[in-house]
Amino acid sequence: MAATADTVLKPDHQAKRKHFIFTDEHEQLRESIRNFVLKELTPHAEEWEETTFPNSVFARMGELGFLGLDKPEAYGGQGGDYYTSLVLAEEIVKANSGGLAMGVAVHTDMAMPPILAFGTEEQKQQWVVPAIKGEKILCIGITEPDAGSDVAGIKTRAVKDGDGYVINGSKTYITNGHRADVIVLVTKTDADAGYDGFTLFLVPMDAPGVIREKKLEKLGMHASDTALLAFQDVRVPESAVLGQVGKGFYHIMWELQGERLIGAAGCVAGAQRTFERTLEYANERKAFGRSIGHFQVIRHKFAEMATKIESARQMVYVTAWRFAGGEYPVREISMAKLHASRVAVEVADECIQIHGGAGYMKEYGVERAWRDARLNRIGAGTDEIMLDVIGRSYGL
Amino acid sequence: MIQPPFTEEHEELRASVRGFLDRELAPHAQEWEADEWFPNEVFGKLAGQGLLGLKYPTELGGQGGDYLHEAVLIEELSRIGSGGTAAGIGAHNNIATPPIWKFGTDEQKQRYLAPAIRGEKIGALGITEPDAGSDVASLRTTATRVDGGFLVSGEKTYITNGVRADFIVTAVKTTLEGGHHGISFLIIDRGEGMSSSKLRKLGWNASDTATISFEEVFVGEDCLLGELNEGFKLIMANFQWERLAMALGATGAMALAYERTADYARERTAFGRPISKHQAIRHKLADLATQAYVGRCVTYDALRRFVAGEEPVKEVTMAKLYTQRTAYELMDACLQIHGGAGYMKEYWPERAARDARLGPIGGGSDEIMREILGRLLGL
Repeated sequence: MAATADTVLKPDHQAKRKHFIFTDEHEQLRESIRNFVLKELTPHAEEWEETTFPNSVFARMGELGFLGLDKPEAYGGQGGDYYTSLVLAEEIVKANSGGLAMGVAVHTDMAMPPILAFGTEEQKQQWVVPAIKGEKILCIGITEPDAGSDVAGIKTRAVKDGDGYVINGSKTYITNGHRADVIVLVTKTDADAGYDGFTLFLVPMDAPGVIREKKLEKLGMHASDTALLAFQDVRVPESAVLGQVGKGFYHIMWELQGERLIGAAGCVAGAQRTFERTLEYANERKAFGRSIGHFQVIRHKFAEMATKIESARQMVYVTAWRFAGGEYPVREISMAKLHASRVAVEVADECIQIHGGAGYMKEYGVERAWRDARLNRIGAGTDEIMLDVIGRSYGL
Repeated sequence: MIQPPFTEEHEELRASVRGFLDRELAPHAQEWEADEWFPNEVFGKLAGQGLLGLKYPTELGGQGGDYLHEAVLIEELSRIGSGGTAAGIGAHNNIATPPIWKFGTDEQKQRYLAPAIRGEKIGALGITEPDAGSDVASLRTTATRVDGGFLVSGEKTYITNGVRADFIVTAVKTTLEGGHHGISFLIIDRGEGMSSSKLRKLGWNASDTATISFEEVFVGEDCLLGELNEGFKLIMANFQWERLAMALGATGAMALAYERTADYARERTAFGRPISKHQAIRHKLADLATQAYVGRCVTYDALRRFVAGEEPVKEVTMAKLYTQRTAYELMDACLQIHGGAGYMKEYWPERAARDARLGPIGGGSDEIMREILGRLLGL
């Protein structure tokens, strides 16, 4: 039977693409975060690339309740589900400032979760409550000059001394390192215990002996502050231990999972944004008598990018769904992180190419999208580490 | 073994050029990149060594060498640690002055080429416009005939040396019809009616890439370069050397980046051994070494043909396409192998990756290279 005009199902490219993990409430939240971002953050993006974003961003986001979306109400959070933090990660990308998004994510999704998960009531009151209000800023110290991917190779030592500990060592590439009030610090407390010899501490950044060595200059993420820190005979009381003595490595490995998934969500949203801006450009820009988007090669580039972005998005959402449902899907999180980071970088690079000479100029912002995205293949576990984790998950 | 087309003589030149650049330019590379400007005195210093006239005849103050000598300089400049500085010198040596040498009158050579070789005048080439990049035929800068010369109006963009250049070899429309016919070249001295504004870029930061606008700039008849309305030929003639020069720059840069990254991988330890002893990194480096070698072979083959007087458009285009994309990918892989350090400005890979990213865009984008190849391959 031949199809008639009535029976033919036409493709609907405008359909609302709400994924099954999101409810109407999530969409409302998305709307309100987006309005805030576009109104109060995006207009300052260029300026903050030069100066780094101001601490007042934390205060303002705290006031709006955006720093504790998925955190318990008992500590001032909104008590939302895991997806609410995903929504934040996606929408903050519209600030056009990878550095800002990273600074906020380190605070809400890297440093805060271990305090909530492993901290004492007193520690939560002291740090999480003001952090959710945006009055105190958090950072986390894992990487060292001689220990990056090899977390177990860290050398910062915390030695028991009377009723406290004395900490010596250095940490590098610490986001928020200059502005933070407290650091979640990974130390070695027992050199002979291997993975069981690590302990986390909450060290106030104004403690004597904490030295903010220098601001590190980077390829991208210029709106964030990245520090090299030194700890010289820093004395902390026993109550500064976060979680269990000797369990720090496992605490951190747990923390990294949530962070990686949030990072992956940001990558997808960033890629989508760059894609859209470039699509606009390709429709406007003419060469050889037509819009460049109408050349087959360019059209196919868009098709490739859209397919990659969609695959990464589905991976992130489905993995988030499993994570939110109580599973601990380390393999899939690693896959999502690896894939989404690569997609973000490939998309940004392709968008530079589509822009031609303009893509190489700062004025168009595409080069910045690439510079910012490029960190994701290194930070929070490099591509190579993700591949290792995935490979080992098969017993290899 | 010295890889042809180079000979013992070229390797001697290479050693002396490398020594000079290591002493005089490389130590300042980082500072110039940060300043987004390299000093004009660099031209004087290079001229003092004869490096602005390697391929030009002695009568004009050149060294009487050929393209192979120039090729040595291009490869060596790619090692100084500043793509922008190499680009500024390259724009002067390889795209602005060759058309004057090839198409200029004796008087034009005395007036522009000789002082350019002495480092007293800096040149730029102006073709691209805001609305005409890859599509050269849609240029809009016009030169209208007036008594004794032309009045030029329009805008050029992405012009290397666009702020500092004393003269700009400029493509203009001299007829109203569109298309390739009707483009001419004028050598325009910086002066009244011209203004330059510097553009900020992803990389090549030490070079001054600019938009230059011309408002009824008077240019004398004697500044017409080559034949009236036949400028497209000049563009095409120069493209081959420009693209070869880019391929050579990538060749030099890739060799150095591989060496430095391999050294880093031997020194940096993780999980109890040098990272070069981790199989994934070792294999990655093996790929990079292969890519650098393939790039060199493709480029040297095109260079050999070019110097022999063939018109190896296909080989040059392939060399440009392959090396520019590959150099960027190689730098990006070096950045990745450096991990967190690779992302920091304190180390060289992020700069190298940013600089290399221009390759697939400048001098004819990858897409244009493929279009040319498509035609040459009868597709």
